[in-house]
Amino acid sequence: MTAVATLPGTFSLGLSRGATELREFFRQKENLIFTVSLPAILMLLLGTVYVKEPAAGQMFAASMIGAGIISTSFVGLGMSVVADREDGTLKRLRGTPMPFTSYFIGKIVLVFVSSLVEAVLLMAVAMLRFDVELPSTAQKWFTFGWVFVLGVISCSLIGVALSSIAKSTRNAAGVLNLPYIVLQFLSGVFISQAVLPESLRVTGSLFPLKWVCQGFRSVFALDDGYAVMEAAGSWELGKIALVLGAWTIAGLLLVTRTFRWSNTTS
Amino acid sequence: MNAIRVRGLKKAYKGHQAVAGVDLDVARGEVFAVLGPNGAGKTTTVEILEGHRGRDAGEVSVLGDDPARAGRVWRSRLGIVLQSASDAANLTVHEAVRHYAKYYADPRDPDEVIELVGLAEKAKSRAGTLSGGQRRRLDVALGIIGRPELVFLDEPTTGFDPEARRHFWGLIKSLAAEGTTILLTTHYLDEAEALADRVAVLAGGRIVAEGTPQTLNGRAHADATVRWLSDRGYQEVRTSEPTKVIAELSRHGELAELTVTRPSLEDVYLELIA
Ligand SMILES: Nc1ncnc2c1ncn2[C@@H]1O[C@H](COP(=O)(O)OP(=O)(O)OP(=O)(O)O)[C@@H](O)[C@H]1O
Ligand SMILES: [Mg+2]
Repeated sequence: MTAVATLPGTFSLGLSRGATELREFFRQKENLIFTVSLPAILMLLLGTVYVKEPAAGQMFAASMIGAGIISTSFVGLGMSVVADREDGTLKRLRGTPMPFTSYFIGKIVLVFVSSLVEAVLLMAVAMLRFDVELPSTAQKWFTFGWVFVLGVISCSLIGVALSSIAKSTRNAAGVLNLPYIVLQFLSGVFISQAVLPESLRVTGSLFPLKWVCQGFRSVFALDDGYAVMEAAGSWELGKIALVLGAWTIAGLLLVTRTFRWSNTTS
Repeated sequence: MNAIRVRGLKKAYKGHQAVAGVDLDVARGEVFAVLGPNGAGKTTTVEILEGHRGRDAGEVSVLGDDPARAGRVWRSRLGIVLQSASDAANLTVHEAVRHYAKYYADPRDPDEVIELVGLAEKAKSRAGTLSGGQRRRLDVALGIIGRPELVFLDEPTTGFDPEARRHFWGLIKSLAAEGTTILLTTHYLDEAEALADRVAVLAGGRIVAEGTPQTLNGRAHADATVRWLSDRGYQEVRTSEPTKVIAELSRHGELAELTVTRPSLEDVYLELIA
């Protein structure tokens, strides 16, 4: 058949899906409030308590950006896949010639744009209200870039994998938010990991959130001396790449094994 | 080659046999209606043909391929209207139709399709704000946007008002006139009679009758009922020779409220599934 030659390309369809995903995402108030703005609002509220000096502001803002992109990727993307399954989007797509990869590219576009919007909003709040300074060197922006990308991708994949467990959006809110909230306490977002008991610290260190936050703290710290405040006493950039890379691979395997197009089919 | 060929199709859910050995042949260009009570296995059968559900046993060929293994090109030749959908709630009708047009090699014009299903006035409304019948029309639009060779419609006219239903019949007839093969399920017997070249009645996962709407289950040869009003009230005679009966009766003068009826498709259907 010659028809295959004329069917639209996987990548261009992916971008077209991304545009449609974004349009749908930003038209929903819940997304604007909870997924995109909540981290900035928390920064404003908690920052008033935590930030007594500039150095603390830098560290807290960095941790909040880390927690924020997990909210848009892990929780946000997981929820959006559950919703696609619940309202029949996935089933409809499966009945069209759209390649599965295009759906996935669309979700990646969605998660990167929503994460960026969320992070920019949060940084704006931090800069205006708490005089937080942006990283000053290209080296630091480079670190910011790869931690951001690896963090978003690994957490998106885990979110999508977990979404297969949840049968409905109501279920999914619990399945995804519970680990997210617990991990924020174990990963040094609200309280330093250094003050946690050994067992909790180790538990937190198994998951991406701690490493994403640590990576961002290394970028936002006023100088590298602040590394002594980390549990290991250093930034451990190599280990961050390793852990996030491992979760990306594990997430990919989990998604390809567990992905379901619908709740009812078998 | 037939558009659809099914032999010995079986499917069970947790011990419940939803489809219990179905054979089906739908020729290219044919309009075929599957009738049957709630839970008969219509959706299950149709979704197996669409590649949405797996099967336990049987041979299935749709447009020459096995739906369980068919790929992208195969799907580009199908149009699917599922029994229910609530997706794309935050897109407008126009955005949704235009977006789904992008998946196909040679789609219809989105504006034309919106016009065809009678949604032109709602083109700028969000799908989530449409009424039940309007939402259903959007589903039909998304099902035919790719210029499919074969269209599956699972209860497409649920919630349509009478005018919209007639309008939809016109749409299906024009698709059929272009050579599109159509398999639809419906609970409206008049719809099946108006549209279908052939119908099959599914009950308890089996096909209990199959034929043209006019001849299903011996309908064409069934006795006619002659009915009229006399001074003793309504009178009825069931006969295979109504002309003769009326000729006899009319010798005594004019017959008030005279009618001759044969069993409707609905009568035949109800008898079949009883
Ligand atoms: N995913 C499922 N899991 C378990 N049982 C199912 C599932 N889908 C359908 N069934 C059962 O299989 C039987 C056939 O269902 P199906 O949806 O095919 O019927 P139908 O003929 O389309 O009915 P309706 O006219 O109400 O749409 C029913 O008894 C139904 O309860
Ligand atoms: Mg059904």
